[in-house]
Amino acid sequence: MIEEYLPLIIMLVLGFGVAVLFLYLAEWLGARRTTHGKQTTYESGMEPLGTARDRFSIKFYMVAVSFIVFDIEVVFMYPWAVQVGELGLVAFWTMTVFMLILFAGYFYELKKGGFEWD
Amino acid sequence: MMQELIYALPLTLIFILSIAVIMVDAFTGKNKTVAYYFSIAGLLGVIIAAIYTMTLPSADLAKMAYEGTISKGMLTYGGYAAFFDILFAVAGILTIVAAKPYLTREYGEYKEFYSLIIFAISGMMTIAHASNMVTIFIGIEIMSITFYVLAGFIRTRITSVEAALKYFLLGSFASGFLLYGMAMVYGATGTLQLQEISAKIATGEIVNIYLQIGLALLIIGLSFKVAAFPFHQWAPDVYTGSPTVVTGFMSTAGKAAALVAFIVIAKSLLPTNFGATLINDKLIVVKEFTENATMIIALISAATMLIGNITAIAQKNVKRMLAYSSVAHAGYLMMGIVANNENGFAGIVFYSTAYMLMQIGAFVVVGVLERDDTKFQQISDYSGLRKSHPYLAAVMALFMFSLAGIPPMAGFPGKYLLFTATIQSGYTWLTIVAVVSSIISMWFYIGLVLNMYFKEKEGDALVADVKSSHFTIAVSVIGVIILGILPSFLIDLAKNFF
Repeated sequence: MIEEYLPLIIMLVLGFGVAVLFLYLAEWLGARRTTHGKQTTYESGMEPLGTARDRFSIKFYMVAVSFIVFDIEVVFMYPWAVQVGELGLVAFWTMTVFMLILFAGYFYELKKGGFEWD
Repeated sequence: MMQELIYALPLTLIFILSIAVIMVDAFTGKNKTVAYYFSIAGLLGVIIAAIYTMTLPSADLAKMAYEGTISKGMLTYGGYAAFFDILFAVAGILTIVAAKPYLTREYGEYKEFYSLIIFAISGMMTIAHASNMVTIFIGIEIMSITFYVLAGFIRTRITSVEAALKYFLLGSFASGFLLYGMAMVYGATGTLQLQEISAKIATGEIVNIYLQIGLALLIIGLSFKVAAFPFHQWAPDVYTGSPTVVTGFMSTAGKAAALVAFIVIAKSLLPTNFGATLINDKLIVVKEFTENATMIIALISAATMLIGNITAIAQKNVKRMLAYSSVAHAGYLMMGIVANNENGFAGIVFYSTAYMLMQIGAFVVVGVLERDDTKFQQISDYSGLRKSHPYLAAVMALFMFSLAGIPPMAGFPGKYLLFTATIQSGYTWLTIVAVVSSIISMWFYIGLVLNMYFKEKEGDALVADVKSSHFTIAVSVIGVIILGILPSFLIDLAKNFF
């Protein structure tokens, strides 16, 4: 029974061993030349400006409301649209209520200035 | 079908109201009074609808329990559900009225507060109406997520934000326990419908390790939500850090909602009246299972009251003292679950009503006197209150006497009901522990009263900013006295529910 798994075990051990071996080889043989560019947060990207723990505008929650109103809605709309013929009136009215609640979110965002980007 | 719509009226109204308040908030711009009066009027409407559904004959309820209903048996109407609707809506009105002057003074009145309170109430009412595990979970989550936001409502205050973060991290962890417990119970019984679970457990065939693990996880999750030992550690910090009016709301209505969930789950998972057709050895299995689980709840309850009351003695801050006493009261209320009979559940209904009135009243008095988060909250600050504010000192003393359970106030009949129900079901030792911890609690309740009445204040007297909080305090005082003198009407009402 255990013999059947022997190739698998050998492969696991070998794979692990090779990975550890190469890690140590790189540590041992590799050259280590630190330059300013290599030490930055994004080696070949932008220079970071300021700290990542800054406060950001609370308007961010408006983006979240937009996401739910325009994006999550679709997740429910597609399966509903495919099945609405078979599910009948109950499904229709359920979706109407759901859409009304979403519209409430839309109007809330509109009135709170969520679409005015400055 | 039409009949069900009438029964579901309070629930439908509160959900429509919660969306409508957001709309009113968005469309009225800088005008704050409209949202304030609209939420109060809406909650009054919910109360009227709930009173109406409570008067409807309950005979029809059994007929529409399952198929042929819109909710497919996931909701229950009338009876205790309608009563708790009223309780939560009253708590909401009391909180909103008291919150207006408090928030204006401490932080600024934001209309979102009113919609958040109403969202929380809609969650609680969902719990009260639940007859399915999933409905309970949805209700608890609506309520908890709103509470996390409400706890951190004053976002410029470090204590408030700390309270919100602590509550959120621990609360979501506890929700995980609750959900895992429900999954385990589903795995054992194959259904989430509480009546079906109850029927299957009574047959004795599915009492196995999975059901036991599931029940244990459910007890952990619910103990957290009612702040019972050993899952009470979040309560003092959260209750102290949150805005005082919010603390009053979530330590009463929130606790009552979690207890309803506890009642509903305990009633169906721990059957006490077995069918006559049961074979004997199966009966023994079910009986053992019920007794073990009840013993665990009894131990949690006993430890909760002792720890809550003993720790409260050491507190110097009134808000923190009330937070620990709230932990202790969770212990008293859980005695009703231990009793697991109609008297016990009626005791929970009565005591959570009385507790709501006295605790909201006490927190509102603290909120009226405190300034800038932590100022004037010490017990020593309250000395000489009799001279500077005789009215506030008198009502605070009344709430303290009621919390301690001294006869003419509502706390006494509530405790009496719970204690007798526990003796009835054979847990006399738990009642003795409860009496002892009640005596311990006298120390700090009466201590505050002594401080207010018999000590002189050095330095300036406290400034009270009461305004519309008068209404909340007056309603609480009247309620506490009426329930204390004439408890029988509510007791009779509550006994019919279960």
